[in-house]
Amino acid sequence: MKTTASLTRSKRITTFLTYAALILGSVIMIFPFVWMILTSSKTIPESLAIPPTIFPKELILSNFQDAMESLPFLNLYWNTALMIVFRVLCAIVFSSMAGYAFAKLNFKGKNFLFGIVLVQMSLPSQIFIIPQYQMVAHMGLANTIFALVFPGLVSAFGVFFLRQTYMGIPNEIGEAAYLDGCNQWQTFTKVMFPLTGTSVAALTIFTAVFAYSDLMWPLVVNSDLKMMTLSSGLATLRGQFTTNFPVLMAGSLLAMLPMVILYLIFQRQFIEGIASTGGK
Amino acid sequence: MASITFKHVEKTYPGNVTVVPDLNLEIQDKEFVILVGPSGCGKSTTLRMIAGLEDITSGELYIGDRVVNDVAPKDRDIAMVFQNYALYPHMTVYKNIAFGLTLQKIPQDEIDRRVHEAARALDLEHLLNRKPKALSGGQRQRVALGRAMVRNPAVFLLDEPLSNLDAKLRTAMRAEISRLHKRLQTTFVYVTHDQTEAMTMGDRIVVMKNGIIQQNDTPQTLYDYPCNLFVAGFIGSPQMNFLDAVIAEEDGKFLARTCGSSIVLPERMDKQALGAYVGKTVVLGVRPEDVDAAVGPNYDLDATVEIAELMGAEIHLHLDCQGSKVVVRAPSTYPGRVGDAAKLSLNKEKIHLFDKETEQAIAH
Repeated sequence: MKTTASLTRSKRITTFLTYAALILGSVIMIFPFVWMILTSSKTIPESLAIPPTIFPKELILSNFQDAMESLPFLNLYWNTALMIVFRVLCAIVFSSMAGYAFAKLNFKGKNFLFGIVLVQMSLPSQIFIIPQYQMVAHMGLANTIFALVFPGLVSAFGVFFLRQTYMGIPNEIGEAAYLDGCNQWQTFTKVMFPLTGTSVAALTIFTAVFAYSDLMWPLVVNSDLKMMTLSSGLATLRGQFTTNFPVLMAGSLLAMLPMVILYLIFQRQFIEGIASTGGK
Repeated sequence: MASITFKHVEKTYPGNVTVVPDLNLEIQDKEFVILVGPSGCGKSTTLRMIAGLEDITSGELYIGDRVVNDVAPKDRDIAMVFQNYALYPHMTVYKNIAFGLTLQKIPQDEIDRRVHEAARALDLEHLLNRKPKALSGGQRQRVALGRAMVRNPAVFLLDEPLSNLDAKLRTAMRAEISRLHKRLQTTFVYVTHDQTEAMTMGDRIVVMKNGIIQQNDTPQTLYDYPCNLFVAGFIGSPQMNFLDAVIAEEDGKFLARTCGSSIVLPERMDKQALGAYVGKTVVLGVRPEDVDAAVGPNYDLDATVEIAELMGAEIHLHLDCQGSKVVVRAPSTYPGRVGDAAKLSLNKEKIHLFDKETEQAIAH
């Protein structure tokens, strides 16, 4: 049997190893971010130097000016914001309704339809890009905000996620509302939907983060620089043969600012959202 | 007028699962009827059919003199209290109680009056601004009752409303619901699997098994004259003792031979019925309080104490009687201990006999 002293020692070792692993993980995770900040103030030779220079010899703030001159940042912010807002709204509205229907209503073909949702979730989103582009192009809506929003009109993940949430709500609550005189729509809007606040907040955060970091679709569907999003706009800073890394990093930093501010404001909800979904 | 009548009501779920095969039941206006039975006996389904939460496969259900098979729940003039209360977690107590009235577009001052009246009656006034998560189990239950009360329904439906409460609170709420019934003078239909609730609260008890009504009578009649083995075993705690016995006839008297003894059956028992069972094995039933374990000169059965459960005012003795198990309610002063021999005498006036095969009562 272990003595109290040896138990305390082994507990300390475990705590030390846990913290060491967490610190190492944090350093690895934060390194690209720090590197981006440092590089945004370097000169081009400094950014390409081997062995690499960690700290710039002097702070070159003109990189930010160059980035802002190279890209219409106001347009990019505006387009990104609109895309995020509409994608989030669509995800909440449609996923909530579909999730509620899959969880609480009985209708023919329910399992089959939900199976389709699951199949869509399990397939990589890249395979949908060509048909989705063709649809948008045929509607003549390329290079518009709608084109940016289009793939986010419905979210298979959102439907699945909110279905699970609605399934966790006891049926008796809906039945009580029914007895109180609610029809199906009132039961959904007045009773059920307000109970999914935490999950809707989590879905909002996930959808917003995904939309913000979505590169491929905005790059494909909107070729006009003024209709691009931050991610696709930044991608244009990469040259075919050379890349001005300090300017690219300065642009990236500028693009990150709104998200960093939002994260600082909604930090608690963001962490709760991730914890509640068990997502990455 | 809020009587409830089931006429040949059947409930079959998809997959041909019949839960209630053919229900015929009449519940009088202002009556407090308890539907009782083990899990899966169809009692909740029956209640939900009254509420309109379950469709009726066939037959007719009347509330008053109106067939309500196809009437929406909100138009049935009923209110229901659920087992888990089903309060709306995002609404305050006030809003929970007022919600149904708001949907009916009742004027706000009338809603306010009714909510405060119900809250006063249920001692909820100081909790009106709280949300359900900030309430105890008993308070939540009272909110659920308040939500039903404000609608002034003709029928109150209660689906195991006390099963989530602790024993002490359950006793208090039992009395509260009984008081509520007396005050409101409304028809109450109450579902429970707890026979104590059934015995203490109802004007009438409907015992169900496999969707079939086994017996439908007052609590006292049910207790004294159970119509079959199931009812005899279900009603009463500890449950009735059952002993295999062979009926014999000697000198014009009927005897029940069991556990190596002969018990003379009372004169009042139906002789014709007993005569048909002479030489046959029947089930002799006797309640624990009708067996005396006190040592006396006249006794019926020899037994050995296996377990003694002290309940405070009394002691429950679990005895072995030649392989048969017998439970006896004895005064807490009973001197016998585990392993002691006990001599049991049965109260002959309270003996019940049941057919071993059909399980129906032969004589009481």
